[in-house]
Amino acid sequence: MATALKPGSRFKSAVCDTQVMVVKAPAGEHELCCGGVAMLAPTASGEGALDANFASGTLIGKRYVNEDESLELLCTKGGQGSLSLGATPLDVKQAKQLPSSD
Amino acid sequence: MNISTILDMAAEAFGDRVAVVSGEQRLSYAQLREHALSAAAYLRASGAGYLALLDVASPATPVAIFAAAYAGVPYVPLNYRLTAPELNALVARVAPAVLVTNAEYRQLLTPHDGMQLIDRDAFMALPIAGDEVAQPDEDPRAVAVQLFTSGTTGQPKAAILRHENLMSYIVGTVEFAAADEADAIVVTVPPYHIAGISAVLSSTYACRRMVQLPNFDPRAWLQAMRSENVSNAFLVPTMLGRIVEHLDASGEAPALPALRALAYGGGKMPLATIERAMQLFPQVGFTNAYGLTETSSTIAVLGPDDHRAAAASDDPRVRRRLSSVGRAAAVEIEIRDDEGRVLGAEDAGMVYVRGPQVSGEYQSLGSQLDADGWFPTKDRGYLDADGYLFLDGRADDVIVRGGENISPGEIEDVLLAHPAVADVACVAIPDAQWGEAVAAAVVLHADGVASVAELQELVRARLRSSRVPQAVVFRDALPYNETGKILRRVIRQELATQVAAAAA
Repeated sequence: MATALKPGSRFKSAVCDTQVMVVKAPAGEHELCCGGVAMLAPTASGEGALDANFASGTLIGKRYVNEDESLELLCTKGGQGSLSLGATPLDVKQAKQLPSSD
Repeated sequence: MNISTILDMAAEAFGDRVAVVSGEQRLSYAQLREHALSAAAYLRASGAGYLALLDVASPATPVAIFAAAYAGVPYVPLNYRLTAPELNALVARVAPAVLVTNAEYRQLLTPHDGMQLIDRDAFMALPIAGDEVAQPDEDPRAVAVQLFTSGTTGQPKAAILRHENLMSYIVGTVEFAAADEADAIVVTVPPYHIAGISAVLSSTYACRRMVQLPNFDPRAWLQAMRSENVSNAFLVPTMLGRIVEHLDASGEAPALPALRALAYGGGKMPLATIERAMQLFPQVGFTNAYGLTETSSTIAVLGPDDHRAAAASDDPRVRRRLSSVGRAAAVEIEIRDDEGRVLGAEDAGMVYVRGPQVSGEYQSLGSQLDADGWFPTKDRGYLDADGYLFLDGRADDVIVRGGENISPGEIEDVLLAHPAVADVACVAIPDAQWGEAVAAAVVLHADGVASVAELQELVRARLRSSRVPQAVVFRDALPYNETGKILRRVIRQELATQVAAAAA
């Protein structure tokens, strides 16, 4: 199920504990998946089976991006599934120096 | 999107880590979340539309910030230094509210139907709630924080910060769980200051221990830094000035072995203070953070490497960066003239800022952003060719003498260079010939001697005759607010009255 991804919107995995928040996203509708299954709105419920091809896991606090980094997700809760945009896996974004003031 | 996610993440990843230290009191991130959820359940049951706080910093401060977020109501920290009538006028603007306070400040408030008072200790002892309130409002446009601006220029305005502004700020400037277990930050700004709020959010997201020091004093600060092995600190410039003075006067060793990072902001840092602080603490990385309430705090940063490069450089263009507030952080910055034209490097005008963390919005006045999303900060300044921002005072403080814009800052810098001058403020006074004229309020060092003519000649020689203060008045001290902002409005009124009386 393709959905518009707006910065700030949150999704949870249908098959594991993973939760994400959209930091930035390309326009249009996209199918955001975790564990190979379409992700859900935070309050929705659904089920499915974890696809072994998308089971390398997510880590809390990590940022996940597509190849051109037009999509960036923040993992707010880790889980067993791994993230993908359709069938294309997302990668962990390399940490960059942030302009922190503390 | 809701800023309570910040606490959920910290509690999930590092629930056992100490979140807050206040005297003997300690709360872990899991406990902080438990208290916030309990308080959120209480808030929801109360029917209140706001959670106000009238108190010094305590563990109840972070609890209140997150409780309001879980409950979906704005958090409204109030300035406890205001008078009773001022406070009651503000409280009337946030009814119906639950108001967290203590026995001392409670006496300032006049009870009314729209205000449910709860003592800080009772607020921290609410019955544990289940997880049923854990699913907060997801509306990114919901208001997270409402802050009354200090009102140095009139009736306080209520700045609105939405969840999307604060969350963008945190995600854009802090790496999750960036702190080591041993790290700690001492927070000395009061809860009602934007830096006090952003410190709680940043520290929680970094999973860093917060050490609260409600009443700043150089000795108490140095002691807390040592006893808690503090790695990070945030200070307003006057506080750093007092620490430097204390160390120089007492001869106490500037030994803070755990301190790695010291950030400052909230006002202009005197060059002499930062230079001396860098000598006293050579191992510390200094960061100048420039921001406004309306921008969810920091928008420009002069980092540790910038400080070191500037201090070590013989190139005057690099050297002067020690007086800059650094480069744009997670925002865009541009300078415009009075007609709205974007200016190039080195040209001074009004500082504009744009980005998702910028709210630029006040209750009832609405958004102050222009059609393209730019917010006029009302600060004057210029960028250098490499994007370093130099501030030049508030636009409202510019003295317009015969159509010429004069920045008080450049005259003040010249006067401060006089060895006898300890502090100075230049303001506009009414003038029959020029419309406005320059007046200076000067504080001399205890043993300092300087004549009016001598100070006027100094300005004439270094700048030009239009900059020469027409009136120079000596004072024992200048008025500042509690975060070290000089109260120019007060000085302006006093000098205008005094100069008019002298002429009569």
